[in-house]
Amino acid sequence: MVSRPVSDDTVHLNEKVQIAAKILVVGHFAVGKTTFIGTMSEIPPLRTEETMTQAGESVDDLKGIKGKTTTTVAMDFGRLTLTDRLVLYLFGTPGQQRFVQVWEDMSRGALGALVLVDPQRLKESFAVMDLVEKYGIPYAIAVNHFDGTPVRSDEELREALDLLPETPVVTCDARDTKSSANALMVLVRYLQSRTRKE
Amino acid sequence: MTTPSDDDLEPPVDPLEPEYVELVRPYVITNGRDVSDTSRFELITLVTAADDTQRKAHLDPEKRELVTLCEGGYLSVAEIAGHLKLPVGIVKVLLVDLVENGLILTRRPIPPAQLADIQVLQEVLDGLQARFG
Ligand SMILES: Nc1nc2c(ncn2[C@@H]2O[C@H](COP(=O)(O)OP(=O)(O)O)[C@@H](O)[C@H]2O)c(=O)[nH]1
Ligand SMILES: [Mg+2]
Repeated sequence: MVSRPVSDDTVHLNEKVQIAAKILVVGHFAVGKTTFIGTMSEIPPLRTEETMTQAGESVDDLKGIKGKTTTTVAMDFGRLTLTDRLVLYLFGTPGQQRFVQVWEDMSRGALGALVLVDPQRLKESFAVMDLVEKYGIPYAIAVNHFDGTPVRSDEELREALDLLPETPVVTCDARDTKSSANALMVLVRYLQSRTRKE
Repeated sequence: MTTPSDDDLEPPVDPLEPEYVELVRPYVITNGRDVSDTSRFELITLVTAADDTQRKAHLDPEKRELVTLCEGGYLSVAEIAGHLKLPVGIVKVLLVDLVENGLILTRRPIPPAQLADIQVLQEVLDGLQARFG
């Protein structure tokens, strides 16, 4: 590797980093995913694209598509170097059924997911919750209270989303670093408790 | 849980949201290469350029750009895709070739037996606490 002074390099990882971990930040359109990732990331958030083919088709044959154009779906993502040797990546994508291939790639090796929900639009969160459950990703709910919307009780929300009693529910302002970091910590503590039980 | 029927699962899509992008002929960039051997690369696999990158002069522009980006240190596959504005699938195909040619090195993930999830979670939590308390 060609060494460059570390000080002016904000693109590359610290040389000592050995472990890359991944947490998903998911939710429906305009629930605050991009905002959350932008708030937490140490690098300007990036967008990556995944190639999408029609439902049910295999994605692993680029040969076959030749002159055809293919739709891609974007994932937002950010990075957070947490210790000398560990970096955490936060990936966000909308929860629509037709993005199944993106979900397969995103969920592989993910520690867990933070599901952002807007209490005024709970129904729109059903699809994304189906996906995290389908892929077996343990999750916590982060309730994003938009300005001026009435606050719902946790109980009401748990019932509407049909949550397990142990699933954490935390309020979170995606624009605020402390609030967003707290939501991540609630998720990680929950993941720890699950691992201990297994 | 209460879920709508399959037909209702897609929330309304905002056409202004740049979540839908047309991709122009990935086939051209990858020379029609079979992508089946890209499974060793995940979104967060870390890679860097090998010491000897003199040979990169002979590469296709996309690969040369990728090697140049990686000369400064380690990056994840996803970051490379983001910086180069290429789809992740294409980046993985380019990486397979570059690793084969010895121009790119991957940082091997620590085997799960040596690093249980529980340790990773503790480090993530400690890191978050130290930073954001
Ligand atoms: N009041 C309030 N607005 C938010 C919050 N998070 C995001 N927003 C706003 O909601 C809009 C959609 O957020 P965005 O992050 O783009 O949603 P995404 O589609 O899930 O990525 C933006 O205008 C944000 O500024 C929040 O916690 N509180
Ligand atoms: Mg967004």
